[in-house]
Formats: sequence, C-alpha cells, structure tokens
Amino acid sequence: MSVQPILEVEGLSKHFGKFVALNKVTTSFMPGKLSAIIGPNGAGKSTFFNVVSGAFPPSEGRLKFNGRDITGLAQHEFARIGIAKSFQITNLFKQLSAHENVRVAVQARHARYQIFKPRAAMTEVADRASELLERVGLAVHAKRPASELAHGQQRALEVAMALAAEPELLLMDEPTAGMSPEETVVMMDLITALAAERSVILVEHKMKLVMGICERLLVLHHGEFLAEGTPADIKANADVRRVYLGQG
Amino acid sequence: MSGMNEFIAFVRRHRVAASIAFLLVMPLLMPYQALAVNILIFGLFAVGFNLLFGYTGLLSFGHAAFLGVGSYLTGIGMVHMGLPWGVAVLLGVASAALVGVVMGYLAIRTRGIYFSMVTLALAQIVYYAFYKAERWTGGENGLRGIQVPKMEVFGFTLDFLNPNTKYYVILAFVAVALWFVSRLLASPFGAVMEAVRENEKRAAACGYDVDRTKLLVFVISAAICGLAGALRALHLSVVPIESLHYLLSGQAVMMCLLGGMGTFFGPFIGAGVFLTLEDVVTTMTRHWMAVVGAVFMFFVLFFPAGIWGSFMKRLDKSS
Repeated sequence: MSVQPILEVEGLSKHFGKFVALNKVTTSFMPGKLSAIIGPNGAGKSTFFNVVSGAFPPSEGRLKFNGRDITGLAQHEFARIGIAKSFQITNLFKQLSAHENVRVAVQARHARYQIFKPRAAMTEVADRASELLERVGLAVHAKRPASELAHGQQRALEVAMALAAEPELLLMDEPTAGMSPEETVVMMDLITALAAERSVILVEHKMKLVMGICERLLVLHHGEFLAEGTPADIKANADVRRVYLGQG
Repeated sequence: MSGMNEFIAFVRRHRVAASIAFLLVMPLLMPYQALAVNILIFGLFAVGFNLLFGYTGLLSFGHAAFLGVGSYLTGIGMVHMGLPWGVAVLLGVASAALVGVVMGYLAIRTRGIYFSMVTLALAQIVYYAFYKAERWTGGENGLRGIQVPKMEVFGFTLDFLNPNTKYYVILAFVAVALWFVSRLLASPFGAVMEAVRENEKRAAACGYDVDRTKLLVFVISAAICGLAGALRALHLSVVPIESLHYLLSGQAVMMCLLGGMGTFFGPFIGAGVFLTLEDVVTTMTRHWMAVVGAVFMFFVLFFPAGIWGSFMKRLDKSS
C-alpha cells in the first residue's frame, strides 16, 4: 500500500489580471517530510504559498489535503482542518501580550463563539499556550506586548501561533526573513525539530539556508517548476545553476 | 499603599458591581434627575457602540439607527399595538437587533472608511423610512403618547412619573446590560473580538471566521443600543425624529473617545462628561458645541486613551 500524499497540487494557476504568477504547477508532498520551495525573486513563491495556505483561491487547478479536495475553502477553514502557516511579514496581535497571542490561537480549537463561560476558566488553553511559548524560547517574555518584542522574537511568536493549531502540515513563508545570523541559526534548529513531528513546507529565498536541512527542494521559476529533487540533485542541475545560482 | 492596591484590584475584579455602585449614587452628584437618566441611557448607548468600535475595531457612523429603532418600536408597540411596556421594550430591542443583522451583513463586506460610510448611508435610509412612515411614527412631529404612569413589578406598584423611581427602574435594565457586556468581554468570544481588532489576517489564519465574528458583535452592539433607545422612549414619553439623526451616531463616537475606547467603563464616563458639559455650558452660551468640541480636541490630542483609559493606565503604572 502506498502512502497518500499530505498535499497534492494539480495544474494550479494564478492570474492577476493578465499577469500569470503561477502557471499550471503540479506536484505533491509526502507526509512527515521537510520540503522547501525556492526560487529567485518574482518566481511565484509567495503566490504559491498564498494559494496552498488558503489566503486566496487559485484561478485554475485543484488542491488536495490528505486526498480531500480543499480548493476554494475559506482561510479560517484551513487552520481547522490542520494546515497552519507563519507569514513572511509578521502578523501578530500587536497590543496583546505574547501569551495572549498564543492563547487566542490555541483557543480557536476549543471555543470560537462561546459567550458565557469566562475564558479564565479555560486553564488548559492557557497552559498549552505557555508550553508553546516555552517551545519557541519565549517563556520569559510571556507578559510583554507583542509589539515590544525584538524582530527575531516576533518571528518565533509567529511560529508558536502556527503550532497552536496543532497542524499536520506547517507552511512557512521565509521564516528567517530579516533575522540576524544568530537568530537564523536558532530558527533553523527549531524548524528542523518541528519537522520531526509533522510535515513542513518552507518557502525560502536563500537557497543556502535550506540546502542543509531539507529532504526535497522544488525550484520555481517564472511561475513554473524548473526542477525538483534532493539538495544534491538541485545543486547538480544545470538549469537551476543558470537561473538561480548564476545570479548570486 | 498596598491596601490601596488591593482595593483597586478588588474593584477591577468586580467591575460590574463597582459600576453599579457608582451609578446608584450618581443622581446625588447631578444637578437634577433628568440629566442622570440621560447619562444612564447614553452611557449604555456608548457601551454598546464601544463593543464594535473599541473592542472589535469597526468604526460605525450609523449607530443612531439602533437607538432610534429601539425607541420607535417600543413606542409603536405601546401606542399603536397596545402592548404592555415590558413587551414593548423587548420588541424595541429585537427590532434593533434585526436591523443590526441587515446593516451588519451589508457593512462588514467593506473595511475602514468604506465601512463607516456604508453604516452611515444605511442609517440614513432608516431615518428616511421612519420619517416617511408618518402614520406609525408621527414623521416630523415624532411619536407621541407613550405613557407609563404605573409599573407593576413582582407585585409592587412603581410610580414611573417619580424621577427617582424612574432613574432606578432604568438603572435596573442598565445593570443587567452591563453585567452581560462584562461577561461577553471576559468570555472566549471577547478574546476573538480583540484578535479581529488587532489583526484580521492572523485571526483568520488561527481558524476564526472573521466575518461571522464581526456580524455577531454588530448584532449584539445593535441590541444593546436598541435597549438604550427603548429606555429613552419610556423616559421621554415621545420619540423625536432626531433619535435617528446621524448627530447621535457622532455623539457615540465622541463619548467613546472622550471616556476611553476599548475600556469597560470608559464610554459611561465619556457620556457623563459630554452630557454634563452640554448641560452646564448651554446655560452660559448658545455655542456649547464649540466648548465641548474644544474639550474633545484636548483629550484626543493629549490623552488619546480617554479620561478613563488614561486613568487606568496611570493605575497600572503605579501598582
């Protein structure tokens, strides 16, 4: 019996007016793997990320999660079925404390329209939030407003919030964007650890960063997949060297 | 000092009881009862508005519609349908909530300034509908003949014409509404409201249906403002057409900002300060709006958290 892919992408296209950001891409991702989508600027990485994470529907093509067609589901339903994401540009509840940010994210799995029960009584939600903060190394900053955290800490908070959904599939859009080299190392370690427990797909601009940790790389170029394979395959691929490595 | 801190913490834990205790003695601080009653009613109106504006981040310029519909339907229930006052109040609240469903459904599709403009436009439609339905609403003259001389409550007979009795009857309704709002804000849903205010994209990515959350808050907010309107109809015995005027929508915004948006009791303080100022300054000059406007500008510029909001921040720092 063959293992079912966790995510399947069939003939996925996205047009913005006349501009074709994604052109009929097809691929699939197996469960439990750490994969990365790489490509030069403007290759369609962010569009790919947005479509597979539910920010907007594709213009054409289908998206399947564990064999189920999820094309066109609303953004909030993605989190509920087990696909969580961290944004490239940090999206937090800025005025709320770091703990409350994660607590609200955890709460989404327990109570969404509950009006009468006091939330202080939901201790299991608050405890889970504390665990997640601990996991990403922010336990000491739990009480600080998200807006006061350093950039790297905000990125880590993003990850904690994505994990709060207990996702089977974690999508991350340039998780180390704008980070210092030290922060980057910490984040890459965290990603490697997370990938041991679930499927992770990264979208990344910096190829070097993902070479060492990913099992599979997919190279996007002009909205199409140019190549895919192990880091060694990609390094050896002449097309990739031409469009990508050659530039840098 | 620690005794003081304990007292503050105690008041915070029991914010509904503390608010009601304050409102129980408020008439003693006011020059006359009618002003105190007005503060109760507009305080509740501002509290209802604040749920949407301060806690969910949606600036409606059409909340007069809910105050007005609450007033009118309570009045119509009593004058034209002969309903007892209690049932008429329920009719007023339910009608305001229903108008809230329709206005909310249409308005939440837009964001920012467009949301404000859509609510304003829809509220104007409500204004003209009631203005034109003269047979039911009295049109320009307002709806007259709402009379509640005696109230029978649990076997007691209350004289609603007595200003003191009137104040405390209305306070009973306001107290229940404040208790409800406090529960709502402390509930899991209260956290979702703030999450939507802080970042809609992230709230959706967490798994919250942002549109549904907004609509639910919109309707609850409309119902509370409708209750304020229903109580106002009982208080005034008439429903003036100005009840639906956009000036009142603007006053809700001013009261919230003045008192402190996104705080539990701020809107009440805002309503109190606004109405007291209006009352005092009108006796001195016809141009009371200029004075109130100057005070408003002062607070927006130098105390953007509002009177109550700034006070609470100061407390947080000192404790």
